[in-house]
Amino acid sequence: MTAPLPEAPLLEARGLAKTYLTPRTAFRPPGRVAAVAGVDVTLEAGASLGLVGESGCGKSTLARLLLRLVPLSGGSIRFAGQDITDLSERAMRRLRRRMQLIHQNPSAALDPRLTVMSAVAEPLRIQGIARGRALHDRVAALLAEVGLPGDFLHRHPHELSGGQKQRVCIARALALEPQLVVLDEPTSALDVSVQAQILDFLGALRRQRGLSYLFISHNLAVVRQVCERVAVMYLGRIVEEGPAAEVLERPQHPYTRALLASVPRLGVAGVAAAAPGDPPNPADPPPGCAFHPRCLVAEPACRTTAPALNFARGEDHRVACHVAARRGLPEMTETT
Amino acid sequence: MTTLLEIADYRLAFDTFDGTHHVLDGIDLRLDAGETLGVVGETGCGKSVLARSLLQLNPSPPARVVSGAIRFRGEDLLRLEEAALRRLRGRAIAMVFQDPASYLNPLLAVATQMEDAIRGQDSAAGGRPRPRRAARALAAELLSAVGLPEPQRLLASHPHQLSGGMRQRVLIAMALAGEPALLVADEPTTALDVTVQAQVLALIDGLVRARGLALMLISHDLGVVSASCARVAVMYAGTVVEEAPTPELIARPLHPYAQGLIAAVPDLGRPEAKPRGMPGSIPSLLHPPSGCRFHPRCPLASERCRVEKPLRRTLLPGRSVACHHATP
Repeated sequence: MTAPLPEAPLLEARGLAKTYLTPRTAFRPPGRVAAVAGVDVTLEAGASLGLVGESGCGKSTLARLLLRLVPLSGGSIRFAGQDITDLSERAMRRLRRRMQLIHQNPSAALDPRLTVMSAVAEPLRIQGIARGRALHDRVAALLAEVGLPGDFLHRHPHELSGGQKQRVCIARALALEPQLVVLDEPTSALDVSVQAQILDFLGALRRQRGLSYLFISHNLAVVRQVCERVAVMYLGRIVEEGPAAEVLERPQHPYTRALLASVPRLGVAGVAAAAPGDPPNPADPPPGCAFHPRCLVAEPACRTTAPALNFARGEDHRVACHVAARRGLPEMTETT
Repeated sequence: MTTLLEIADYRLAFDTFDGTHHVLDGIDLRLDAGETLGVVGETGCGKSVLARSLLQLNPSPPARVVSGAIRFRGEDLLRLEEAALRRLRGRAIAMVFQDPASYLNPLLAVATQMEDAIRGQDSAAGGRPRPRRAARALAAELLSAVGLPEPQRLLASHPHQLSGGMRQRVLIAMALAGEPALLVADEPTTALDVTVQAQVLALIDGLVRARGLALMLISHDLGVVSASCARVAVMYAGTVVEEAPTPELIARPLHPYAQGLIAAVPDLGRPEAKPRGMPGSIPSLLHPPSGCRFHPRCPLASERCRVEKPLRRTLLPGRSVACHHATP
């Protein structure tokens, strides 16, 4: 990336936290679930950050916090230089045209009774941006931009394939000309041949419109294709963060390494079971480093003290691991 | 090697109010004892319907066998009585599914469900069911065999107390109870996280080796099939378009659809290779394309492809392709 650095990042969050209280039921006492526990996120204008991790790690909650779709339990958020932590709902609604969310399942994100025209026109109408002929022309232009033919305007979702539905959702998100687009597993419900088309298209779109992406995915190979930077989450915290090529080719955190080693590779027989056990229950997190019960290099300190996210391997690559921070881990070897 | 399973010109249709869907269109596959075969394809290609056909689990109607045979140890499953099928199901041929949670009863302890399965198989085999205590001992043994620690504690738990990976292991343990010769696994790790998927794939691999099981693994994920299967069949719109040893297919696919499918997968090992999408979308099986079902999306399609269905022919040793234009 050689683009000149803007003065302030588009999105900057410090110490974000979300704790859910689980009510008392006949079967269990009330409890607290720390879905996101003190996370910092910085996203430069025009950049793309991938957020990876397994189910329950808090990546989707983090995205919703950043868009202020759920109330924060702690921390602060700045968007385009403005502190939006305590912004009123009214003010947030005006701001939301600049930040859009694309969901995993396009079939669930579209109202089955609305035509493509109505679905894409809805945000324009709600924000009072266009009416009548101008509205129609604007929607037609958006459809053309996402690569759908003009006669799709009057179709309903059930007449579209999964990939076409996701393009409609993208057109709807673009309607308000956002700066930030949060994509929550945008291709996970799609077949691989369609996924490749959508990823390609999303990349071109970002370059043309200068968008910033926060790209949530469980698929490391997809993130490697789309994102310049990547943050790896485990149980509500970021455990490793840096340039995508750095993190995914020279991972420092034992969890990142286990994730990478677990991905079955094309044409390679066998797969290494690199992290024993299951991801922990967020309602009952292990003390110290949350990964220590599954970690193959854990030390006594890991059982008591949670490691901070510190620099490793230069300015740009941070890792939250006692062992990696002190002596570094040996170079990772390709597992076969 | 002895042939364990042979599917010959198997055609299956679904009769619905809209008309007849031609779901499987002349499937030919063979599996030897102890062999591992992956079946890959995208949504709607018929891979799961094919898997369920091996145990005759497709509800009929709407399913209707049009022609063909599925021979298991020489016996045609399509002509067996229900009672004879019951003797095979879960015993000679066992199956695990994608979503382990929906195959366990949430109200019953693991022990009860495993004992019932074991005793049910005793009855299906024509004998008296063994006593509960003996069934429970076998259940504990099987749980250890699938790598679950503290089997006694696990037997006393209910499904909601187990993680997704543990539930899938419990179902694999139940599948082993009848000492099957063939394990059919339909997307067994799709609902699991990648670190847990790796554990379950390693488990299946170990069981296949230790017990000499034959494995038919259905997956949309070429990586998963690469990890677990020596041979792979690629399906498209109800037909097998290419069959090959897995590493050879990945290195050099011969069918245009297999080529497109592999080129679309983002590969962590080769980040510089940009995945390429395939134009078009999967065809309707209500009115499938004439000739080769892939021809509307195929870069090589000619007049012949529009008219004549290509038969699968052997192009290289162990490799067969259903394409008029494919060359070795």
